[in-house]
Amino acid sequence: MAAENAEKTAPVISREGSTEIHAKTAGSKAVKIILITVSVLFLFVMLVMPLITVIYEAFRKGLAPYLEAISDPDTVSALLLTLEATVIAVVINTVFGLFAAWAISKFRFHGKKVLVTLIDLPVTVSPIIAGLIFVLTFGRQSVIYPFLESIDFMVVYAVPGIILATVFVTFPFISREILPVLDAQGTDEEEAAALMGAKGFTIFRRITLPHIKWALMYGIVLCAARAMGEFGAVSVLSGHLRGKTVTLPLQVEILFGDNKFMPAFAVSSILVVLAILILIVRSIVEYVGKRKKGENSQS
Amino acid sequence: MKTNKRLIPGFGISMGITLALLSIMVLIPLASLVVFTAKMDLSDIIKVITRPRVVASFEVSLLTSFIASVINAVMGVILAWVLVRYDFPGKRILDGMIELPFALPTAVAGISLTSLYADTGWIGGLFADMGIKIAYTRVGITIALIFIGIPFVVRTVQPVLEKIDPLYEEAAGILGASRTRIFRKVILPELRPAVFTGFGLAFGRCLGEYGSVVFIAGNQPYETEITPLIIMSELQEYDYPSATAIALVMLAAAFLILFLVNLIQIGNSKILKGGH
Repeated sequence: MAAENAEKTAPVISREGSTEIHAKTAGSKAVKIILITVSVLFLFVMLVMPLITVIYEAFRKGLAPYLEAISDPDTVSALLLTLEATVIAVVINTVFGLFAAWAISKFRFHGKKVLVTLIDLPVTVSPIIAGLIFVLTFGRQSVIYPFLESIDFMVVYAVPGIILATVFVTFPFISREILPVLDAQGTDEEEAAALMGAKGFTIFRRITLPHIKWALMYGIVLCAARAMGEFGAVSVLSGHLRGKTVTLPLQVEILFGDNKFMPAFAVSSILVVLAILILIVRSIVEYVGKRKKGENSQS
Repeated sequence: MKTNKRLIPGFGISMGITLALLSIMVLIPLASLVVFTAKMDLSDIIKVITRPRVVASFEVSLLTSFIASVINAVMGVILAWVLVRYDFPGKRILDGMIELPFALPTAVAGISLTSLYADTGWIGGLFADMGIKIAYTRVGITIALIFIGIPFVVRTVQPVLEKIDPLYEEAAGILGASRTRIFRKVILPELRPAVFTGFGLAFGRCLGEYGSVVFIAGNQPYETEITPLIIMSELQEYDYPSATAIALVMLAAAFLILFLVNLIQIGNSKILKGGH
């Protein structure tokens, strides 16, 4: 009797169930529209409007004043210094990232966790504190200051300080991207190659590099982005000597502080364009990297 | 695993270069902070960090960072949800945009937000008509910190959300749970560690943030002066002991947050690797 009842009512229940699900999807459509609208509005107000502001303010007096502002000798020298610091930071951190990731992922040793924590340390401290520790290391009250003075090598309020600060704040950027890829890949392929007699560099170039190519490029992009935009740490070590120790972000600060708003935004617009380029490159690298990964796992 | 060491070449050179660069860039500068601190008296340190103006800056920094991170935690979950669960035109652009605060130099963000939220700005003007000042107040600082913290929660929640099988929600739905109940009972427990991790990372970043805040803050002592700015002004007056004392408090806070995040992260990675 009960079984018969169940049989009879079963289709009814499922029909009811399905209408319920329909009602839910209709309801969730409203939720979907609300959530997407909230997200788009939030990002528009918080991210897009600041960008529009920069471009609008930069060009509000027309093209000629804009060109004049960005071809100002101080601005050009700031751009060159920013590029110099960025290139050096990328080179040093790439070298470091490759060797560190190789050492950490391919070998076992004591203190690995401590090493990884220390490498990550620079991004966890405030940029101002990053600047402070270099001032304490190389500044006037430091024990090595007399020596630095004797060889006429100034770090604080000089270009080397700016470069050190830039390298410091971007220190883990490349190793952090490569390390998870190398960890996931394991050591089998390298061991096989070594057993067959391949030399270290050959193993790296033929086996390891193809695996980490995209992670490496992504790391370089992130590192470059952060390096050219670093403000706090560089600000501590710069001394703001115009035309000498001023990077683009510091130039923005100086102009803004002098109430030269239009030139400040004009210089900012260079950095905005670079930032958008970096985001585009990032998306491409991520997209291609994911597709390559998909192909690899399929084959 | 000694054979491992012998098999793959390059341990010596890679470890050597790693440690050498790490020493030059991180260990020696940090050691100089330790040496400099060791030379200071504890009573002097306490005297510096209990100055009313310094204490007020702690309050400003903690309060604004906390509010900004809470807002980012809520918005981060919504954004991650929208990016993982829905398909709509322009989604890829939205996804790429999340990273903008990392790519845009903080000084540029700072001056742009300042002119946007000043009384003469597009958004600040609207609020000025209602008698609300945003730029040069704590609200302004909070807005700059929201900007800085946007990517953190989104990027920690997104991968976890991708791992959650919608099957469980469907099952809960068929069993008669309402949508809010499904979210609270099925989805939220899985997301919680990721949300806290993202919140912690954003909070840590906000406490140390300088570039985007100094322009919009107005930097009034006791009112809108953040802790990194106090360190900066002590440095400009060559008062290194005071700067170091305040920096030590900030470092302690940063490490505490990092420690808590790591604790949560352990739970989080269990969920990620647990494989539903």
